[in-house]
Amino acid sequence: MAGVSTSHEMGLHTEPLKGRDIKTMFKLENEGGYAYSFARDVDFNKRAEMDAEGKEAPEINREIRELMDQGNGTIVIRNPGAKHSIVVGILNRMNIIVEGSLGYFGCGLLDGPNVRISGRVGWSFGENMMAGVVIVEKNAGSTFGAAIRGGDLICRGSVGSRTGIDQKGGTIIVGGDTGAFTGFMMQRGRMIICGNAGKNLGDSMYDGTIYVGGEIRDLGVDAVPEELSDSDKAWLARKLSMYELLPENGVDHFTKIVAGKQLWSYDNLEPSEKKLVL
Amino acid sequence: MCGIAGVIHRNGTSNIGMEMTNMLQALKHRGPDSTGFAIYGEPDENTFIMRFKVAEQEDLSSGLKIHEEIIARKAEVDKVLKTLGVQVTELEEATEYAFRYEIQYSGDMKTLADHIEDIEGAEILSIGSALELIKDLGDATVVSEAYGLGDFTGTHGIGHTRMATESDVDIRSAHPYWAYPYSDIAVVHNGQITNYWLMRRQLEREGQRFVSNCDSELLAVYTASNLEKGLTLEESLKKSIDEIDGVFTYLVTTKDQLGMAKDTMAAKPMVLYVSDDLVVLASEEVAIRAIIPHEIDTWDPYEEEVRVWQA
Repeated sequence: MAGVSTSHEMGLHTEPLKGRDIKTMFKLENEGGYAYSFARDVDFNKRAEMDAEGKEAPEINREIRELMDQGNGTIVIRNPGAKHSIVVGILNRMNIIVEGSLGYFGCGLLDGPNVRISGRVGWSFGENMMAGVVIVEKNAGSTFGAAIRGGDLICRGSVGSRTGIDQKGGTIIVGGDTGAFTGFMMQRGRMIICGNAGKNLGDSMYDGTIYVGGEIRDLGVDAVPEELSDSDKAWLARKLSMYELLPENGVDHFTKIVAGKQLWSYDNLEPSEKKLVL
Repeated sequence: MCGIAGVIHRNGTSNIGMEMTNMLQALKHRGPDSTGFAIYGEPDENTFIMRFKVAEQEDLSSGLKIHEEIIARKAEVDKVLKTLGVQVTELEEATEYAFRYEIQYSGDMKTLADHIEDIEGAEILSIGSALELIKDLGDATVVSEAYGLGDFTGTHGIGHTRMATESDVDIRSAHPYWAYPYSDIAVVHNGQITNYWLMRRQLEREGQRFVSNCDSELLAVYTASNLEKGLTLEESLKKSIDEIDGVFTYLVTTKDQLGMAKDTMAAKPMVLYVSDDLVVLASEEVAIRAIIPHEIDTWDPYEEEVRVWQA
């Protein structure tokens, strides 16, 4: 049970998560597994390009799916023009390259794809992501990675406020600074902020871990610092190296923030009480 | 929800009317009820531009008598101007109920404003040597075409698309708000102010006047009050973060400045683009892209952030 003790050491829950039933959603007997039964059969080496100029969000999303139907496993989207709600609901393992910026609610509800955005993204980017790797090369707006449950969500620049609000899993990595209420009501998962964090960091977090490389303006209710363990340092160095964000001075200076768990413990409530509270 | 936008050219002038129209049209989905512009042309120290209305758009459907009343109210305004020794050098009828006067006046601005607004239905939208404040029901294109803003040249401007939540859908509650009685100062706001009544009563006791029940008007009156006390625009914006409760992002313009302030929760959006000669900011990047189509670096200002740019 070495893995369990390491997880505990890093401030994480270890009991199994409820929710999506892996056995009914995925065809585990298939080679490669972890694909939805309705996922398109795409070839990573088959590449298609599309121009989003002058098109509305539904049209762009429809076109992406048409290209996926044709077996394209790598899709390049040009001229996205900061439009809202595009590249959403992609449930395939595949590559998506966006050459430009996205508006609000970009890349929401993803489960599986690798996405790279060369520009900036607006509010609520990557919301509810389940799996995959999404990299934003420039800045991002507020509520970056709201309620994500899995995967790696990376912004090389700075992000707005309430980053990772309601995060339930996965990893959020920010190369620059983050604003107020980062990790607000965070429940699980990990977040790495290489720069500074705004006020009320980790406010009302239930669980999960936040690592901050720069200065923290102040901590939110029930967010407490904890000593950085060797496991933390090893994980931080490995994760940041993967995305070429490892600072020159290493990771020893990072501050680790976890939940103090002095607020209501929802896990101890009876189901009827839980319903009332939630 | 509401959408706000602003642009300031730091070296020279541009077609501000068209730029603001395009930006606000791109924000139409944030608020379809009304659209307003506060745009700044080349200032003329000897002339003030006064924009005022003598009725609401919805009044026109109240009966046939309103048309006669509008004529009578305008005649009353002309009479007041004459009495106060105001010389009208140019007169333009933007719509049946909204007017643009170029005036020469050296007296007290508050006296002028109070006398005109004493007339039933009359409301001054703005007075300024550079400011022209236009607001009406409809989207940006509709308002811009009705008021002929397509070829307006100037240095800076702010605008607003309104989704009415706390007060009526009428011109009185539309943004921007002129900071009565200070020439050339206008405010647009996105958010809700929760200590509105408390602050309003305080300001009213100080002698400030309110024309609507819209919480955003408070910011204009509050700014006017601060400037009257000798604060700079930047000081006023900073002070507002401590004194005004609620969630807000707002923009203020003066004759040659554009300022922004974001509340302590950073709950309302703002995207910022800054270059050596141009600053553009809007609730959504899609509005900035309406005037700068190529790839640019933009970011969100943080909580309690205050910025002021000079034209």
